[in-house]
Amino acid sequence: MSFPLLTATAVVPAVGAIATAAVPAARRTAAKWLALLFSLATLALAVAVLVRFDPDGDRYQLTESHSWIADFGVRYELGVDGIAVSLIALTALLLPFIILAGWHDADPLETTSSRWRPTQGFFALILAVEAMVILSFEATDVFLFYIFFEAMLIPMYFLIGGFGDRAHAGSDENATAQRSYAAVKFLLYNLAGGLIMLAAVIGLYVVAGNFSLQEIAQARADGSLDMATNTERLLFLGFFFAFAVKAPLWPLHTWLPNAMGEATAPIAVLITAVVDKVGTFAMLRFCLQLFPEASKWATPAIVVLALISIIYGALLAVGQRDIKRLVAYASISHFGFIVLGIFAMTSQGQSGATLYMVNHGLSTAALMLVAGFLISRRGSRLIADYGGVQKVAPVLAGTFLVGGLATLSLPGLAPFVSEFLVLVGAFARYPVAGVVATLGIVLAALYTLVLYQRTMTGPVKPELAKMPDLRVRELAVVAPLIALLIGLGVYPKPVADLVNPAVEHTMSDVQKKDPEPEVEAAK
Amino acid sequence: MSATAVHSLWTMAAEPVDKIDAPKIEYGQLAPTLIVIGAAVVGVLIEAFVPRKSRYHAQLFVSVVALAAAFAAVVALAAGDYGTTKARVAAMGAIAVDGPALFLQGTILLVALVAVFTFAERRLDPAAHGNRVDSFVAQAGAVPGGAGEQAAVKAGFTTTEVFPLVLFAVGGMLVFPSANDLLTLFIALEVFSLPLYLLCALARRKRLMSQEAAVKYFLLGAFASAFTLFGIALLYGYAGSVSYGTIADVVDGTVETVDPALADTMGNDALLLIGAAMLVMGLLFKVGAVPFHMWTPDVYQGAPTPVTGFMAAATKVAAFGALLRLLYVVLPGLRWDWRPVMWGVAIITMLGGAIVAITQTDIKRLLAYSSIAHAGFILAGVIATSEDGISSVLFYLGAYSFVTVGAFAVVTLVRDAGGEATHLSKWAGLGRRSPLVAAVFAVFLLAFAGIPLTSGFTGKFAVFKAAAEGGAGPLVVVGVVSSAIAAFFYIRVIVLMFFSEPKADGPSVAVPSPLTTAAIGVGVAVTLVLGVAPQYFLDLAGQAGVFVR
Repeated sequence: MSFPLLTATAVVPAVGAIATAAVPAARRTAAKWLALLFSLATLALAVAVLVRFDPDGDRYQLTESHSWIADFGVRYELGVDGIAVSLIALTALLLPFIILAGWHDADPLETTSSRWRPTQGFFALILAVEAMVILSFEATDVFLFYIFFEAMLIPMYFLIGGFGDRAHAGSDENATAQRSYAAVKFLLYNLAGGLIMLAAVIGLYVVAGNFSLQEIAQARADGSLDMATNTERLLFLGFFFAFAVKAPLWPLHTWLPNAMGEATAPIAVLITAVVDKVGTFAMLRFCLQLFPEASKWATPAIVVLALISIIYGALLAVGQRDIKRLVAYASISHFGFIVLGIFAMTSQGQSGATLYMVNHGLSTAALMLVAGFLISRRGSRLIADYGGVQKVAPVLAGTFLVGGLATLSLPGLAPFVSEFLVLVGAFARYPVAGVVATLGIVLAALYTLVLYQRTMTGPVKPELAKMPDLRVRELAVVAPLIALLIGLGVYPKPVADLVNPAVEHTMSDVQKKDPEPEVEAAK
Repeated sequence: MSATAVHSLWTMAAEPVDKIDAPKIEYGQLAPTLIVIGAAVVGVLIEAFVPRKSRYHAQLFVSVVALAAAFAAVVALAAGDYGTTKARVAAMGAIAVDGPALFLQGTILLVALVAVFTFAERRLDPAAHGNRVDSFVAQAGAVPGGAGEQAAVKAGFTTTEVFPLVLFAVGGMLVFPSANDLLTLFIALEVFSLPLYLLCALARRKRLMSQEAAVKYFLLGAFASAFTLFGIALLYGYAGSVSYGTIADVVDGTVETVDPALADTMGNDALLLIGAAMLVMGLLFKVGAVPFHMWTPDVYQGAPTPVTGFMAAATKVAAFGALLRLLYVVLPGLRWDWRPVMWGVAIITMLGGAIVAITQTDIKRLLAYSSIAHAGFILAGVIATSEDGISSVLFYLGAYSFVTVGAFAVVTLVRDAGGEATHLSKWAGLGRRSPLVAAVFAVFLLAFAGIPLTSGFTGKFAVFKAAAEGGAGPLVVVGVVSSAIAAFFYIRVIVLMFFSEPKADGPSVAVPSPLTTAAIGVGVAVTLVLGVAPQYFLDLAGQAGVFVR
């Protein structure tokens, strides 16, 4: 039997979580290093997955399959396609940066008791989330996927509710209340989505008799499993609802600004760059494969929702006074692009959407983490409290600018490629949608540049006069991310090569062909 | 004439005397029940003859050994295939020995064993007058707060009667799901109910509340028993028998012979419908289904917490077992009549329990309403009317009962000057003070909420799957919706424990003896094992999914 590489990729962070949690209260720093070490080991394994994966080989590779709960027909089945590999790589890549960026976020206040070990808990929970996210990217059994899709909410919930910004150390009572409100809102939205999905998962079992993605997709494709039109649509809606909450898609998005606003910056990155990707990933993997007919049926409505997300998120981002909430609304807009790309049902659109998931992870991480460093210096999330930062902290301002430019998809930076592909893909199928989505880019330029202008340029605010520039640890977080943004912007081919064959498979699942270019049709 | 000849003039030989056949009792197959009841009798004798000082240890020893031995007997019977191929009806048709019966008896015995540990806990309350005290009143007969009570406390009395009472209750519960005729069913019902009414009244603290709870439970329970008995009488009138198998045959119309004494009533559908409805009502009262749930919150809140934990777990197991057998063995021919009704009951139970729980401010009441919601989930599995339905309900009961016992055991630990601090506001910040206890309780709450990787999820999935396959899809949708509602209040407690600042005068967590620690440990272990690797237990429940008739 070959080495279970995929299992190892998830087991290593899980073991890391347990080990970190077990570190005694006094050895806080050891816990941090341990967590970092485990996240780096996971990254190494993810690289191994990347190397072993052959983009032109079988659809699912590195597969593992063991019986788990035979009574429910549940198997422990793992397998990755190009889309999953790229997202696993993204997750494993971002985690060390998240840990490094949150290095001091969970240091206990002096007043708390000696048995309270928030630091250990913080890093253990982060690693637990990583393990579950990776498993949900790997699972090719619907039930297995569902378990981790739901279970990751719990550590996430504690991360949001238990660890707030130091920015609010002064008005603690109020901040605690807001934070637990955000955490509960996050959990209830996602749990409700998940439970609706549970009904659909059970329904799928009743219809199909097992949970294996490959078997069901195969049976769907060769016609041996026939679903009544209404059944398929209801099941599709059950799945899609959960993913749309997670993604999040308008109008199910309202938990995201709260959660990202109240959580610390690294946790906000964890939410939007890692955990939310499971939602859009699952749309590609489960909705389209299991319910191709229903997906086509629902496409017009979903495209409209995606467009609303794009425009609505961007408009609200323009109006935000809070830096983190601004990034959150920008993310909602970006998730709109991803969903648009997926449901445009063109290969450019879906490749673009997958690339977008990766690039959005990188760009949001860069922007949000730098914003977090900025906020930790001043102790405020309000844009109005900043001004002239580029004079006192030029490196911070510079990295912030690059992150911002990546967010608005400046050509030359990675997100440009994906956004362009999504727009091209959408335009080919729905020209009007393509035009409307383009408005989102214009608005993105507005909110990022205005943000930069208000915080970084102009006269230096007196409170900021002595603000230190980025420290070595902070640079170590930001520099690689920016290097990647530039690198993938100039040369996106490696990721595109990884993703394209997988997208072709998905396209054939839904039996859609790319629309013929008009010119050729005219000949 | 010979003497005999003369005799014969005015005497005649009598017919040989009708011998009353001694009933044939299969002692081996009834061993679990007999062991427990026997130990209960021994417990009563201990109360009478053993000096007060040694009673506690003697009682604890007898109870633990009896429950363990009875469990061993269940395992031995199951290993001897009595759960599957050799399933039979024992004790002259009174007791069924089959898969569901053995599975539920095993569950009840293990739950009772764990619960007895929490009953025996004597380290949580501060010692009174140099005597260690448990959760039970010093002398039940003393007036609360009166001179008699003070004297009893000072003398260091303890109510060690709780152990035989528990054993009697367990004995009744063992018979209840395996009863194979209606009279046995009723007797078992009374045998386990009466000790429970008493146990509810025995709280050391908040005695008036405890007595109030007991009276409420007793009065409403008596009503329910009366309904049950009336229903039994009507069913007898309908079928001419109290035996499950015969009634089922009459319902199916396969019995042609009519008992001449009952010629007027036999086969009268009105009797059948009314009788069955009243009988089911009595059982729904015991499982705490809406609208027969009114007693649950008050009794759960007032009873001593170890009793609440035991009652919430074991009663539910026994009562659902009896309900399953009644609906699946006696009344399957009537399922087109009872299914719609049970649909309605399940829906209002799930929604009612979940919605009302949101407004609760007392942790014990909250758990009471949550148990109502869970009764609704289990009913969804009952409605499936399939083999999967049976085994999923069995699994759910096993999973749920350990979570319940564990959760109530944690409740006994959180204390302030007035005893257990059950008001939710006092739990604020518990996670900061006692991370471990709070984390354990969070695990139980997550299991109640049905989060994956806990036993609650596996159980919920099993019953919902069975219900969906049994054509109750809409019920599943209602189920997930009420799960979402229920999740809200479980989460609220977690928020309180972990995200709220501890209050200065908040409760402290008592350090328990190994007894309670073991009870909680077993609860956590079962919760996680059934969540992560449930296959073995699902198999077990699957094999146990056939009733004998």
